[in-house]
Amino acid sequence: MQQENQLQEMILSVAKILIDELRIEDVTPETFDPDINLVDEVGIDSMDLATVALVLQDEYRITIDEEDYPKLQSIRLIAEYILELLAMEA
Amino acid sequence: MKTVSSLLDQEWFARYQTISKLNIRSSIYDVTNRCNLRCKGCFFFSSGEDHAAKEEMDPEKWARFIDSEKERGVNLAILIGGEPTLCLDRVEMFNNRMPSYCATNGLIKVPRDRFPDMIVGISLWGDETDEKTLRGKDTFAVSSRNYEGDPYAYYLYTITPKQIGKTEQIIKKIRDIGLKVHMQLLSNDEAVDGFFWKKDELEGICAEMDAMLDAYPDTVISSKYYHKIITTGKMLGRSFGWAECPSVTESLDNRNPQPKRLIHFIRWASDLKTTHRCCTSATRDCSTCKDGAAHMSWVMVNKRAHMRSTEDLQNWIEVYEMFAKLYKFIPW
Repeated sequence: MQQENQLQEMILSVAKILIDELRIEDVTPETFDPDINLVDEVGIDSMDLATVALVLQDEYRITIDEEDYPKLQSIRLIAEYILELLAMEA
Repeated sequence: MKTVSSLLDQEWFARYQTISKLNIRSSIYDVTNRCNLRCKGCFFFSSGEDHAAKEEMDPEKWARFIDSEKERGVNLAILIGGEPTLCLDRVEMFNNRMPSYCATNGLIKVPRDRFPDMIVGISLWGDETDEKTLRGKDTFAVSSRNYEGDPYAYYLYTITPKQIGKTEQIIKKIRDIGLKVHMQLLSNDEAVDGFFWKKDELEGICAEMDAMLDAYPDTVISSKYYHKIITTGKMLGRSFGWAECPSVTESLDNRNPQPKRLIHFIRWASDLKTTHRCCTSATRDCSTCKDGAAHMSWVMVNKRAHMRSTEDLQNWIEVYEMFAKLYKFIPW
């Protein structure tokens, strides 16, 4: 249950960063589908991902390997990826 | 929230998915400072870039450099110069390591036994008269013999203001030797009299380029949206220039705010240490730059800005497809 809450919180946080950094309109962190494909559907490109990755790195004091970008296809996958990194560092 | 699939029908969405996976990361390399022509308006010589760095002559250093570029994530080497075909050993080192594109004036034939499928872009500056005025000779007479029927070569036709009303004869000549053609506009870096663009001429040539694409779709690799952008310098109400250009060398890019740009893009001089400001010369006034690749890259890096409407996103897809075709990431 705690893990699920952590994931939901992280999903909302990632969604907020995406919306703020990429100025995505007509959506809130709560209404942003965490499973929507960010490349195929939202139109995010590798430059956008790099921008978001920099903010996430600062926010959570983690290092996101550029080679991992292709894995980060949805908000849920990004959130799980960050939690995994944080757990490894804990 | 607007999504890609909500803006596109199935056919367009499939086209989008094909290109969205490509993740092209290009950089540009001056293979040599030497050339077998001295064209009026060539940015390399007019800006003194041929003296900016001493050419590296050690093949092993070239090999190590190319390997490090590959490790840096570059997956498309755009080889320019000078004239790259004067140093085919270096071109071969690139081509053996990563997808490579060789820009040439076509006077020397790239031997296809050594480079079976490397893309070759042959420069052509207008018709025979313009070529003699600007380049000192009619290069088409030679390049067309060298590359007739070559499935991996196309002409990069730089249209001058004197070409208005004459482009069809060039397109037909290229079609008749079985090659493709992509069009861009002369920037006239050396201020050759009579070769500056006027506004009405740009409007005229835009219409003419559109007509060529309609009439010769199997020969011309282009898109009407690209024509509009390169002739107006405008995209989605924004003006092309230093503040917007995506093709600035990453390490020299001190713009603030930073625009959308090509990731890790660098233009390297032939000493393999010096970098140039951008994909063309640092002496060029960016507001007058007509560089075709810079303008199409400008569109490509601004994908989400084109998600305003179905038409905008389709325009973006067509420009991206055009770029991908020119470098053979997707078939012609």
